[in-house]
This record gives sequence, C-alpha cells and structure tokens, in this order.
Amino acid sequence: MTETVQPVIVGAGPAGIGAAERLVKAGLRPIVLDEGFRAGGQIYRRPLIDDGRSYRNRYGSEAKKAERLHRAFDRLVPSIDYRPETLVWNVADTDRGGHLDVLSRGIHREIAFTHLLLATGATDRVLPFPGWTRPGVYTLGAAQTALKAQGCTVGEKLVFMGSGPLLYLVAWQYMKAGASVEAVLDTGPLSSKAHLISLLPRAPRIIALGLFYGVQLKLAGVRILYGVRPEAIIGEERVDGIRFRVGDQIETLQCNALAYGFALRAETQLADLAGCRFRFDERDRAWLPERDALGRTSRPQVYVAGDGSGIAGADAAELAGELAALALIEDLGKAHGGDRARQLIAAHGRILRQRDILEKAFPFPRDWFETVPGTTMLCRCEEISISEARLAIETENISEVNRLKALSRVGMGRCQGRMCSAAAAEFLSGVRKVEPEAVGRLRAQAPVKPIPLTFGVTGEGEARS
Amino acid sequence: MTRRISTDVAIIGGGLVGSSAALAIRKAGLDVVLIDKGFCGAQASGVNYGGVRRQGRSPEQLPLSQRAHRIWPRLRELVGIDGEYVRSGHLKLARTEKDFAKLEAYAETVEGFGIGLELIGGRALKARFPWLSAEAAGASLCADDGHANPRLVSPAFARAAERAGATVLEHTSVRDVFSTGNGFTVLAGDGIEIRSRMLINSAGAWSDRFATAFGEAVPLTRIYPSMVVTEPLPLRLPVSMGEQGGGFYGRQVARGNYVMGGGRGRALANPDFSRPAVSAASSVMQRAIALFPHLANAQVIRFWSGTESEMPDGNPVIGPSETTPGLFHAFGFCGAGFQIAPAVGEVICELVTRGQSTTPVDAFSIGRFREASAHTATSL
Ligand SMILES: Cc1cc2nc3c(=O)[nH]c(=O)nc-3n(C[C@H](O)[C@H](O)[C@H](O)COP(=O)(O)OP(=O)(O)OC[C@H]3O[C@@H](n4cnc5c(N)ncnc54)[C@H](O)[C@@H]3O)c2cc1C
Ligand SMILES: Cc1cc2nc3c(=O)[nH]c(=O)nc-3n(C[C@H](O)[C@H](O)[C@H](O)COP(=O)(O)OP(=O)(O)OC[C@H]3O[C@@H](n4cnc5c(N)ncnc54)[C@H](O)[C@@H]3O)c2cc1C
Repeated sequence: MTETVQPVIVGAGPAGIGAAERLVKAGLRPIVLDEGFRAGGQIYRRPLIDDGRSYRNRYGSEAKKAERLHRAFDRLVPSIDYRPETLVWNVADTDRGGHLDVLSRGIHREIAFTHLLLATGATDRVLPFPGWTRPGVYTLGAAQTALKAQGCTVGEKLVFMGSGPLLYLVAWQYMKAGASVEAVLDTGPLSSKAHLISLLPRAPRIIALGLFYGVQLKLAGVRILYGVRPEAIIGEERVDGIRFRVGDQIETLQCNALAYGFALRAETQLADLAGCRFRFDERDRAWLPERDALGRTSRPQVYVAGDGSGIAGADAAELAGELAALALIEDLGKAHGGDRARQLIAAHGRILRQRDILEKAFPFPRDWFETVPGTTMLCRCEEISISEARLAIETENISEVNRLKALSRVGMGRCQGRMCSAAAAEFLSGVRKVEPEAVGRLRAQAPVKPIPLTFGVTGEGEARS
Repeated sequence: MTRRISTDVAIIGGGLVGSSAALAIRKAGLDVVLIDKGFCGAQASGVNYGGVRRQGRSPEQLPLSQRAHRIWPRLRELVGIDGEYVRSGHLKLARTEKDFAKLEAYAETVEGFGIGLELIGGRALKARFPWLSAEAAGASLCADDGHANPRLVSPAFARAAERAGATVLEHTSVRDVFSTGNGFTVLAGDGIEIRSRMLINSAGAWSDRFATAFGEAVPLTRIYPSMVVTEPLPLRLPVSMGEQGGGFYGRQVARGNYVMGGGRGRALANPDFSRPAVSAASSVMQRAIALFPHLANAQVIRFWSGTESEMPDGNPVIGPSETTPGLFHAFGFCGAGFQIAPAVGEVICELVTRGQSTTPVDAFSIGRFREASAHTATSL
C-alpha cells in the first residue's frame, strides 16, 4: 500500500485540468478535488444547472477554449478520481507522507497523498473605500460569477470601478447581458495605457480584444474615466450611487450596484500549510510560494500551478498545470518529453512578460492608503476601521502583519484575512513608509475557510469512506 | 560589528514571565535588558487560552496564584490596558460522581488558601446554569476566577517595561551564554554582546537549553495545546468552563467567539512551530456540542496551538540556580503559567534585589530534578 503513488490535485480550473490530463497520459490516476459543483475553475465556470445558453453567449471570446477544456475534463472523468463539492481545509503531516483534511457535503475525510499539486486559483483583490461593505457593492469577479454561473446580473444600473483587464471585460459582459452600464471608472491614469502599445507586437489578440471592449462600450455611450479615486458610496442600506474624484473634480453617478476590484490575489494558504517557502513578488505585490520553472515548491512532492502560484491568467494556468505534472512525473523517475517541457516553459515565460506590461497599464493605486478615510472599515469581519488600525500601528509601534492581527484583530475574523490582508499589508506598509514586502506575510492557519463545528461528529476516515 | 551593552540584569525570553520580571526589576531601579528571539509575548504568552484561573492548581502554586490574583485587576495602572480581564467565574464540571468526589476533595485540600470554591450538585447546577445541557454530576465554581486576552496582555507588559526604561531587544535570538565569574556574557542576534551582573532564564519551552548550559539539565518536555475558535455568536456563556480530568475548556469572548481547548497538537519538523492536531480539535468540538447544543450549527474559523513547557511533576521551576550565583530560572509552567506569570515576575524581582521571595517558592527549586537528571545522565 505504501508503495502506491497517489497524486492529489486541488482545484479543477485550467491549471488543475491541465495537470490531470498530463498525469493521466502518464498512466497515473490523480484524485482531483474542487469545492465547486462543477469543474472549470473561475474563468470557465460552468452554470449550476444548464440554462440553455450557448458557449458563445456565456464565455464570449473565450468560448472555444472553455468548450475545449470542459470537453477535455469530461473525457478525463473516468480516468481520474474526481470529487466535486469538496473543500480542502487543511494540509497535515507533510513531514510524513501527508494528508488533506477535506469536507465533502458535510462529511469530513482525510485523503492521503504522495504528491500534492495545488492549483487553487485566485480571488479578487479589494481595497476598502467608504461604503465598500454596503449591500450592492460586489467584486468584479463576483459580478461575473453571477452572470456566468447563475445567469443573473447584480443590478440594473451599474458602475464598474478599479484596475485590471477584468474591469473592461466584465463591464462589457454586463452591457451584452442587457444591463445599463453607467460608467467604467479606471483608477489608473490614461497615460498608463500607453504601455499597451509595447504589448501589441507580442500579444495582438489581447490588444484587439481590449480595444474591442473599450470601443463597444464607448459606442454604446458608456463613460470611461481614468485616474479616478472613489470618495464614497451614496445610499444608506443599499447603493444609490457613487461619489468619486477625477483630478480636482468631484462627481456623482447614480447606480444601484457597483462592481470593483484591483486585479487578483493568489490563494496560497494551502501551500503555506504544506510548509512551502514563500518569496515576495513585485508584480503581484504579494507573497507567493517559491517555485522552479516547472512548479516544484521548496517541499519535495508539493507542486503549484496557475493563478494560485502567481497571477498570470487562464492560458498560463493551463500550461503551468501541465508543467507541474511533468515535474511530478519526472520526480517519479519516469521519462517524459523534455521538449514539451521546454516549449511550455518558453510559452509560460512569454505570458509572464506580457503580464509585466499589463501591470503597468493597469497599475495598483499606491496612494490608496493616504486617501482612505479613518472611518472606513479595513477588516469587515471584525469591524476594525482604518483609524483603529492606524492607532494600533502607531501606539504599539507595529511593523509586521501578524503582529497587526494579534494586536488589532485585523484579519482575525471569518475570512481569516482572505479579504482584507492585502489591504492591511498595503496600509501598514504605507503608514510605516516601507515597501509591502517589509511588513511580512500573514501566516495561514487551518481551516482555510470556515467549517462547521460538527465536522468532527460526522467525520470519517478515508479508510471507512 | 559588535554592539556591547552592560546592564544589571539580562532576561532571556520576553513572554509574560520575562516581561513582568523586566517591569518589576526596572521599577526597583535596576537596569534591564529583555531579549526575545521574536516579538515579546508572541509565543505561549500571546496565544494561550486566556484562562486566569486559580481553581485546579496544586496547593504549592496557590500562594503565588493568590498574589497574581491581586495583580490582575490592577493591569490598567500597571501596563496601561485592562487586557479584557474579567472575573467571570470559572466553572469546573464533573461528568461522573467519581469526578465530583475529586472536586470535593480538591476543595477540601485548598480550603485554607481562600480562593472561595463553591460546590454545586447536579440538580442545583441545572437550576443555576440553565444554558448547560450536558449531564453532569456536579461542578465547582470559583466565582472570582476569570479570563483575559493574552494577545493584548503579554505584549503590554513588555511595552510597559520598555516605557519604564528597560532595553527591549526583539528579533534577537540568544545564541550563547557564559558565566564570567562575577557576572554573565550573553551573545545574541547579529553581534550583540550583553554583559550583566545577573541573568534570568525565562525562555519558556526553550529554557532547558539555558539551564543545561549551566550544568542544570532538566526533564523538560514540550507540549502543544490545541485551540479552536468559532465565528462570533450571541452572548450566552457567562463563565469560563473547565472539566475535571481536562479534555475540554471553553469561554466566550466579548465579541461573541467561543474559544475552546483540550487535547494536544503536535510539533512540526521545526519544534518551535506547531500545528493543532485535527483529531484533538475534533474531540474538543464534539464535547463542545454536547455541552452547548446551540453550537451545532456554528462554524469554526481557526485552529491554533502554541509551544509550552511541561515538567514531570506539573509544577514550574522558579528560583535561583544551584550552580551559578546570579542566575535565576522561571520556566516550565505546564500549560498554566498565564495567570501566575505577573506574580512570578515580582518574585523574580525580589530574588534579584533582596535574595529572597516574600511568597513561598521553595517547592519550585530546580534542585528537585538534580537526582532525576543525574540518574538519566548515568543511564545514558
Ligand atoms: C472571479 C474571477 C473571475 C475571473 N474572470 C476572468 C475572465 O473573465 N477572463 C479572464 O481571462 N480571466 C478571468 N479571471 C482569471 C482567471 O480565472 C484565471 O486566470 C484562471 O481561472 C486561473 O486558472 P487556475 O486553474 O489557476 O485557477 P481557477 O480557475 O481559479 O481554479 C481554481 C479552482 O480551485 C478550487 N479551489 C481553490 N481552493 C480550494 C480549496 N481549498 N478546496 C477545494 N477547491 C479549491 C476552486 O473552486 C477553483 O475551481 C477571473 C478570476 C476570478 C477570481
Ligand atoms: C495553547 C495554550 C493554552 C494555554 N492556556 C492557558 C490558560 O488558559 N491559563 C494559563 O494560566 N496558562 C495557559 N497556558 C500556559 C501559558 O501560556 C504559559 O505557561 C505562559 O505563557 C508561559 O510564559 P513564558 O513567558 O514562560 O513563556 P513564553 O510566552 O513561551 O515566552 C518565552 C519566550 O522566550 C523566547 N525565547 C526562547 N528562546 C529564546 C532565545 N534563544 N533567545 C531569545 N528569546 C528566546 C520565546 O521567543 C518566547 O517569547 C497555555 C499555553 C498554551 C500554549
């Protein structure tokens, strides 16, 4: 029994699927765990129930890729051990083989692995501003998920705000879905878009699509403003509009929903629990698991791929998944086509260089921590305001995020910092006038998402399942 | 580059024990350097359950515990914050008649110390605490015991010591210590050399190393108590709870979260770090639901554990070294040092400044292990 190889993949998005395909080709039968109802991950998220919409209608420009990936996965299912609706909430015993603690439709199980491939993807990165916790304010990703998975919009009259390619894409998707898009408020300056020119020869498709969305939005009369800073959400218990600043001008727009986000944030807690070493990544402004060109982490037999190891998008995720699988196969002492690995590494590298440019074109609003008012909630779970956090930082002379958590409760609530830790690190480094890297990284602790207290009561070991 | 510091007293370890000693000694007018390898109060002292309880302690610990009991309500005056300290009462349940008999026997043994235990039989218990739904043979209530927030209390002692003039060196690991005949040399961090007349070993679960350095090997083991915290829930649990025989303890904090413990986690490859064991956490949770069925629908948001030192007889080591004049030990609190630490700090100060403690601590002398360690040494 102990001789058997049991690779486990966490995440059935492009990265996880790419990895599973390659492992199956090598004659392995991976366990694939995903907390979602259906495979596909974020970008190629499938509807909960089929609603008759076509791929074209649901996934737009990415329809072909989505369809191909879904088909590939469906074909794969008999050759893998696929378990949807399974939340992986802990990685344990990594120093002796290792197992995952999972919660599957209310049942607790332990799943042993010999090789662990983490393809956990990303979530929106949010920054607080006055009113961000009001019902009617969504992240860009959540707004899109509503559209893709549930086939509904989050409002009738919407404003989109933030930074990142997703901003224009989601605004356009909402327009196509028949919602009234009042404006796209880009926090990046217009001048930053000049960087896109250098992307043209390398990734003409991205530029063409971006232009297409932009032009179509413009043609439909949607206002696009640059260098915007939010002032506040208007409305008491809901969203009636947004007040914002462009240069010295304050403007107000009416809407009943706002979708916003500042690019994405890698989900890295499982890698942390697995004991992987982390490094600070300038492009993502985040701590990421260290990885070699193929996706090996600092821990033997633990691999990372896709947005969960650094934001690079769906195409890169698929390549990275396959690469990590190749590493795993190599580590088993099996041969694989070295040429394939080299090709994948080159293609992956090209996408990362494009990401460098995109990051300049959609810059992070570095002045955020100076402009956010003291009364705004920094940590919504624990209801800690910006001024309370500032007071703690100044009176306790805090210079590190775990210390900030211990002394002020920021990141100590239900979301365990998944929502607020990026903002907390930005704020702390801003107040301390140091780079975000210097304030350190919030340590992960199980469970990575809340689990019911009854888990121990209904639990059963894998042997008995 | 070497940085040299001279001081009266060097303290290894800025947990609640070392920090409260630093504060007391500084107030007594001596120069103090407090050294911690991480942040002060970030190890056991900052991550423990927060039980400020006298009930259940061995009789030898009770004089010290009573002294601490008088310090806790004065936290604001001492360190500037109240640390969320409340005298909520500590209710210790007995599941069986046999366990209840043990609670009765304990109450009788500690009668003379004046901690004020009240024994409550099974039926009266239900009437008094209607929210308690598990069957219990009885309980023992210590009305003036309570709880506090360790995350806030322990760092606050270090900050107060600093404000009082102590030199606090954080992220400075002590690498080596020597006796120089009339004092000590402590090598720490990146080229820091501290010369002191006296030295305090309050390095928590890492103290054995420094005791051994002075020829006083101790049978210290490391334990990793497992903790569980729920999302915030409506306030309902007015007391801090424990159980005869261990296995479960729990309290509800002002924000509504239930903080619960019982069972042990385990060390990671690097024993300085630990992870809660899922099996331990799950048994805590099962017991919690039996006691409070309303928790059945609650969500757990975090598990954690901390590194603590344990001695074979359940009592700490507090007092002067038997090999090296000027050296004092204070470690080995066996999962129960949070409540007594502020008094231990004062006792250490008395030992340093006057050579004797006004509270009896003889039972905690390091000498009690001399034979045991000599024995292990020969049997090796
Ligand atoms: C909300 C959102 C919307 C996006 N929309 C677009 C878009 O329209 N166009 C675009 O180009 N890019 C979009 N992106 C980016 C794109 O989704 C990613 O680049 C791509 O999906 C990365 O693939 P992946 O396989 O790395 O991760 P994902 O596709 O995110 O897949 C990760 C999978 O892991 C699972 N998972 C994570 N943690 C656990 C756990 N603990 N237990 C069990 N399962 C777990 C998740 O359920 C998910 O299915 C979006 C990202 C987000 C977050
Ligand atoms: C999960 C848990 C729950 C607990 N619950 C309770 C409770 O409810 N009630 C109660 O009374 N007690 C409780 N305890 C016990 C209590 O927390 C400890 O007994 C007490 O905090 C010990 O304090 P300390 O200062 O000796 O140790 P610590 O707080 O561990 O401090 C020792 C310090 O020494 C430092 N150090 C170590 N080596 C070096 C070095 N080489 N150089 C420099 N610095 C060094 C460490 O970094 C550390 O900060 C609990 C403990 C744990 C772990």
